Amino acid sequence: MAHAESAAAPAILEEVKPAVLPRAVLVANNRSFSWITEKICGIIEGKTPVWWWWCFAVACFVASFTVAGLTYLVATGVGVWGHANPVNWAWDIVNFVFWIGIGHAGTLISAILCLLRQKWRTSINRAAEAMTIFAVVCAAIFPVFHVGRIWYAWFLFPIPNSNYLWQNFRSPLEWDVFAVSTYGTVSVLFWYIGLLPDLAVLRDRFEAAGNKLRSFLYGFFAMGWRGSNRHWSNYEMAYLILAGISTPLVLSVHTIVSFDFAVSLLPGWHTTIFPPYFVAGAIFSGFGMVLTLMLPLRAVYKLEDLITQYHIDCMCKITLATGTIVGYAYAMEFFIAWYSANPYEGFTFINRAFGPYAWAYWIMISCNVITPQFFWFKKVRNCTWFVWILSIFVNVGMWFERFVIIVTSLARDFLPSSWGYYSPSIVEIFTFFGTFGVFSVLFLLFIRFLPIMPMAELKAVTPQADVHGGDHP
Amino acid sequence: MAAPSYGLIATFETAPEIYHAAEQVRDAGYKNWDVIAPCPLHGLDKAMGLKRSIVPRISLAGGLTGFCTGMSLIWWTGASDYKLIVGGKPLFSPMFAFPVSYELTILFTAFATIIGMFVVNGLPRHYHPVLKYDQIKRGMDDAFFIVIEARDPRFNLANTTALLAKAGGKSIKELEA
Repeated sequence: MAHAESAAAPAILEEVKPAVLPRAVLVANNRSFSWITEKICGIIEGKTPVWWWWCFAVACFVASFTVAGLTYLVATGVGVWGHANPVNWAWDIVNFVFWIGIGHAGTLISAILCLLRQKWRTSINRAAEAMTIFAVVCAAIFPVFHVGRIWYAWFLFPIPNSNYLWQNFRSPLEWDVFAVSTYGTVSVLFWYIGLLPDLAVLRDRFEAAGNKLRSFLYGFFAMGWRGSNRHWSNYEMAYLILAGISTPLVLSVHTIVSFDFAVSLLPGWHTTIFPPYFVAGAIFSGFGMVLTLMLPLRAVYKLEDLITQYHIDCMCKITLATGTIVGYAYAMEFFIAWYSANPYEGFTFINRAFGPYAWAYWIMISCNVITPQFFWFKKVRNCTWFVWILSIFVNVGMWFERFVIIVTSLARDFLPSSWGYYSPSIVEIFTFFGTFGVFSVLFLLFIRFLPIMPMAELKAVTPQADVHGGDHP
Repeated sequence: MAAPSYGLIATFETAPEIYHAAEQVRDAGYKNWDVIAPCPLHGLDKAMGLKRSIVPRISLAGGLTGFCTGMSLIWWTGASDYKLIVGGKPLFSPMFAFPVSYELTILFTAFATIIGMFVVNGLPRHYHPVLKYDQIKRGMDDAFFIVIEARDPRFNLANTTALLAKAGGKSIKELEA
């Protein structure tokens, strides 16, 4: 149907017939609204697949390693970790930064890409946000337990205590408490708001199917959502604001995490490049994890129409861009170490690349700088299994990046007499290994009980949701 | 009518249909009416004549509260309640108070936005006449509805039914209150 604007379009357009640039299709095969609903709700409503139980059992087993490691730690003391002078901060902070960094891609997809109107985000944002929340859960384990006497962990927060002492707000570690707890809370809120209309869909479907309990539970959290456009109007605004505040939030969280190091005086840590470098690295590692999770999910649930090759291309390109930024940061650190003419800074970087931890450094370089360069090639991006393998390398590389930064600088401190070599204890290895189980348990529960894609948002990017029926001026 | 009625509901199958129907209901001067849609439709707010949402004002209030909370918390704990010099640094400076205040700005904005959105929308409300309509499930799936409430001053069973029919509405039904 014609409308006012098209009548007002200049006549010249009729004559020159401007080329219409093809837009990538976001939902392939022109699927209808009800196909989307059936497809995504079908995953939840169907019988629990056998592979799910197997994965769940394995994930629970792996998660038990974290439980065992932490139980032993609390029962004995932090001495069970491999920390010793001069490396008194190692796997705990490495694992914390690693997991927090993973979470950042979820917020990038849900918030920054929303503001940039990258509509391809819709099919992956729900799962990526879930990944964020579960990654923050895994990250939070480490700072909470590294205090040793975990029953004092509440000292991190400004709660009046019997000593009448308050937290030291001059310390970046205290800033980190606020940054990470805000990040976790806002991520949950953002995720929940996105879920709200989809929970209403599930409420109605389970009610129709006669499942009273699940209908009640979904309905309780759906808050009586009824798809009213007066509500949608406020909802869209709230969603936009949440995206708007999550963007500076995600940038600030890893900036503040990097302050934990950058504000200190240690060579190798005390650099101004850290905030942007950490943020780029976080997004890089997060996209690695998104690819690791979404590609199997896409294959198992046959979601090729919703996560198209275009989506994979976009994710690979972001991984390439951020990986290259990270590579640039590695090079720039070396340049500054030389250019500053500071002998300690220079020594630190030579030591990183050729010292006792050179093996870790070169794993980091090959995984983070070389791996993403494969994504320049369309053939590589089209080869799903190869993309998946590369994404694993990205995850490994980014863990090593944090290890290299933290451990190499500490192991060679100012006094050569106190130099040491840090190796993790078996308890640390167990605890970290188990967090992959914790993450997987949570993620498996998520894909079983909640819609893995935002149905309402997917519908809104299909051609059927165009109120002008494709008749744009 | 014997039983008091909540209003009329009409079904529409496609997005362009609901868009043009909404324009007609708006131009007919109705105030207490609504569109039910499975997803937000671009341009429908204008077609319904909705004003800009007031949620951003609530968010702004939340953000300002958060920032002031952060600054005053750090000033009060460090420079007023228990003065403790650490590393020869000042007892209070907006510089070191900034990161925490910044995070609290975001935290409070998020809560204000979400609580504001729920309050403005009148949610949670688990029972609503619209939800009793047996076809409403499709409004979450692939259909669109227009609901015109009986309390609207222009509401008149015959005329409103005619308007909805003219706008292309199918299976026009009365909703019980």
